[in-house]
Amino acid sequence: MSADLLMSDVSEGMDLPVLEKDVKPVTVVLGAMASRDWRPQHHDYKFATGNNGLDDIIMNTPNLAAWFERYLTDWTGPKGRLGRIKFRMRDSVYPGDTMQFAGKVTGVESTGKGVGWVDVAIELTAGDKRCVGCEARIAVPEIAEANPWKLKGDDWKP
Amino acid sequence: MAAKSADDLPEEVQSWIGQDRYTEKTGFPIEMGYVLTTLSATQNGNPLYWDEKVANELTEGPITLPSMVSVWFRPHDWSPGRTEPAVALQLHFDLKDRLGLPEAVMSDNTIVFGEPIRPGDALTTTQILYSVSPLKTTKLGTGRFWEFGVRTVNQKGEFCAEERYTGFGYNRD
Repeated sequence: MSADLLMSDVSEGMDLPVLEKDVKPVTVVLGAMASRDWRPQHHDYKFATGNNGLDDIIMNTPNLAAWFERYLTDWTGPKGRLGRIKFRMRDSVYPGDTMQFAGKVTGVESTGKGVGWVDVAIELTAGDKRCVGCEARIAVPEIAEANPWKLKGDDWKP
Repeated sequence: MAAKSADDLPEEVQSWIGQDRYTEKTGFPIEMGYVLTTLSATQNGNPLYWDEKVANELTEGPITLPSMVSVWFRPHDWSPGRTEPAVALQLHFDLKDRLGLPEAVMSDNTIVFGEPIRPGDALTTTQILYSVSPLKTTKLGTGRFWEFGVRTVNQKGEFCAEERYTGFGYNRD
């Protein structure tokens, strides 16, 4: 977790630090249970491989969304406020994979309220697999005293 | 902006476009237990969620992770008196049924976040169909794309989030 990122620390084209995490069965099962996803392909090996033709149990989408959020706020610090996230699933993440999150800033914009928007493109890969593509928009303070969480109503337009 | 819908849809499906459907309230008050389990599952040390002082300073008290918005509406695996499994995103299943497209995949998922969701909140969701495409053939089969959203508001009527999905329902060729 970094100290609070300011807009002056960010520029279009810059890379975010890469995050790597080994996936174990408990990573998949704990994530599915935390997101109240009881579908068997996330905890039942026989179902996942027999009924769904998968190689193993797979990480579920809502939990991957939480991983993307963690990746972004590791970079921004706690003042980073997620405004929008879009993702496209391409391939599954299995136990035994090493997830690698790599992001790049694709846009920066001031709101004029002491807070700016940062657009980030993130790729989640596992070895040769391109598993998930993600585009996110996160609010970051322009000055140390500003707080994106204070924005409401018309001032919050992600 | 939703795509223009096909003009050869069954009248019933046509009537759903732009209308609120399946307004639903959360089955339990929002609580921090699932938040802490999610933080543990993702090894997320963000002090906004672990440190009360930080939460008080930044967000006037504890909030939940924005990306958890769909968690609060997923049905229990079992509950008393239920004879059929409950499904999230009922509108998606209705479209499969009424359009005779038994297979379906979701291609895109976008979430826009508004007011933070806090422990104790009582949330309401509404499912909204935005568009259904003409018949198209892809490598999966022949079917239709549909765009729909799930809008979440809190007990004060404040907008908390909208999840937008693009689904493709199809018959295998």
